[in-house]
Amino acid sequence: MRLLAAEEQGASLAKSRVVIARDAMLRGAGTTVDSRRMLSLLDRAMQALFDRDNPIEAWKKLVGPGEAVGLKVNALGGRGFSSNLQLVEAICQRLLEAGIKADDIVVWDRDSDELEHAGFHVSTGGNRVQCFGTDRVDYEQELVTHGSVGSRLSKILTQRCNVLINVPVLKDHDGAGVSIALKNMYGVIHNPNKYHPNGCNPYIADLNMLPGIRTKMRLTICDATTASYEGGPGYKPEYSWKNNALIISQDPVALDYTGWQIIERKRAEKGLKTLEGEGRAPRYIATAADAQHRLGTNDPKRIAVVDV
Amino acid sequence: MPYELDRRSFVRCALASGAALSVCEFARPIVATPFWAGPQKRDDSRFTVEAKFYQKLQNKKIKCKLCPRECTVGDRERGYCGVRENRGGTYYTLVHSRVCAAHIDPIEKKPLFHYLPGTLAFSLATAGCNVNCKFCQNWDISQVRPEQVPADYAPPKLVAELAKQHGCPTIAYTYSEPVIFSEYLMDTADAGHEAGVRSVVVSNGYMQEESLKTAYGKMDAVKIDLKAFSETYYKDVVVGELKPVLDSLVTLRKMNKWNEIVYLVVPTLNDSDAEFRGLARWIKSNLGVDVPLHFTQFHPEYLLKNLPITPVPTLERAKAIADAEGLHYVYIGNVPGHPAQNTYCPKCRHMLVERVGLTATQMLIRKGSCPFCRQPIPGIWHA
Repeated sequence: MRLLAAEEQGASLAKSRVVIARDAMLRGAGTTVDSRRMLSLLDRAMQALFDRDNPIEAWKKLVGPGEAVGLKVNALGGRGFSSNLQLVEAICQRLLEAGIKADDIVVWDRDSDELEHAGFHVSTGGNRVQCFGTDRVDYEQELVTHGSVGSRLSKILTQRCNVLINVPVLKDHDGAGVSIALKNMYGVIHNPNKYHPNGCNPYIADLNMLPGIRTKMRLTICDATTASYEGGPGYKPEYSWKNNALIISQDPVALDYTGWQIIERKRAEKGLKTLEGEGRAPRYIATAADAQHRLGTNDPKRIAVVDV
Repeated sequence: MPYELDRRSFVRCALASGAALSVCEFARPIVATPFWAGPQKRDDSRFTVEAKFYQKLQNKKIKCKLCPRECTVGDRERGYCGVRENRGGTYYTLVHSRVCAAHIDPIEKKPLFHYLPGTLAFSLATAGCNVNCKFCQNWDISQVRPEQVPADYAPPKLVAELAKQHGCPTIAYTYSEPVIFSEYLMDTADAGHEAGVRSVVVSNGYMQEESLKTAYGKMDAVKIDLKAFSETYYKDVVVGELKPVLDSLVTLRKMNKWNEIVYLVVPTLNDSDAEFRGLARWIKSNLGVDVPLHFTQFHPEYLLKNLPITPVPTLERAKAIADAEGLHYVYIGNVPGHPAQNTYCPKCRHMLVERVGLTATQMLIRKGSCPFCRQPIPGIWHA
């Protein structure tokens, strides 16, 4: 009985860590993100998440030599509102320093043209970091299913990487409520248009249950340098703000819950109704945390938000 | 660069796929291009035409008015169908003239049994669909985006010309869901009619009234897949709604379009006596007893691989119930050789059209009537 009690106590103490790293001077006096400050911001976040004094050591807790790492960015928002280039460069630099070979790193989203439009340079072949869309390699023919979802996975995910690092953007979404970590997986499948009814619920949670995604997902690094609180998912400058932050976690549900609260605070500050008040609260987050999914926790008592 | 099909290649592909036809109605269409090298470019101006049936909203958003789903689509986003995209506040179809499957089929394959029996239909599809049936037999073209499947450029006049050259009195829009390529369907129907070729559509009927009247107003016959007679089934299995489909059937009736109905019987999901009876009574009350009704056999596909093939006795039970309710032309489909594939006179019970597989082997109807008792047999029997 004493042992059981100790286990229960341990479980109650186990919290999902969500690190929010901020740098008010991330852009200096201008509008472009400073690469060196971004690297420093990423290092602070990673060291805090993995409790290491050295950034390379933190990355080595996540990946090791011989692994192939996919960075699933979000390039839908064009140059103004896609995963930040300096952030992706910083991640690649640290992955290389952690022992990952350059050509074992692939930066990707669904479409190469969208990547180019977002400012990425499509690059294939050679001993360098790869960058291209699923359009270059297609989706698997085989249909994989879970619950409400039946989809074909990108061959980049299935054949090019055994580790997935999710690099979404913090944004409002007219259907799902918010689009952060879990929703970014819509870019991994061939038929995302089928999963927008009913606030994308339970589709987002079911999609993230697919073994091809779930078993490879190791970390989410949410680009919250520019975020939107209304009018999403497209980029509307009038509804976005320079947040100059990164949000990182190994629990995508806790990260989405935390990101949602940040967006709600900004909405309140701007005098807007809550997402619940607008009838588009992100119910998919609770579904992702429920007993059928267990993708993470949405219980604020079990989320440790660490500000650095 | 997408592969550009020349006329000779398109003909060769269409004929080859037609020749490869299975006798089974559920045969999957063969993609038309035989030497496709990979996914297509997302943008191809040849296929991109401003859509009809939408409304502009604030902030560069649009509301699609094609089907009852009424997707609100933001800039650079697509609707549920995946083939219509908002670009800067203007909505575009991405599948005009973008044919991903083309065959020359017997008209009986649609199935249309009371429409020019024994003739061929130049049949085509684009990618996309506005529902997501768990049993879809063509999901690899219906549940994908246009750039994810090989396709060819087939402008309306080319289709009309090819249909005529190959002895097809009809162009059929089929395989995926023609609702979502309404613009192409309308332009091709116009081109066909100019060339003396008719048009028929095989559709789920999940449309708004205005788009139905405008697009299917150009059709010479319409086959509607009425997938069940319950909203629950439509919600859970089809990801759509029943009522708009019933409304479409009534509208087509008012438009005086020749219409046949297919009901795919899926074991345990839509095969109760009560549902068959409710369906038959609704048809009798709202459309009349002369609308052909086809009960067809389900085969495990796509997301419903856990269910068995529909037992033939189940189909016979469905037919018996519909017959008992007074419907005149109730058929059993996807069961080659079954006598309920033939057409019988509802008055004297003589066999009037004999079908073997998808071929009409005997056609006795004369001037639209039974030659034995003079009973008028509704349909379009001769070109």
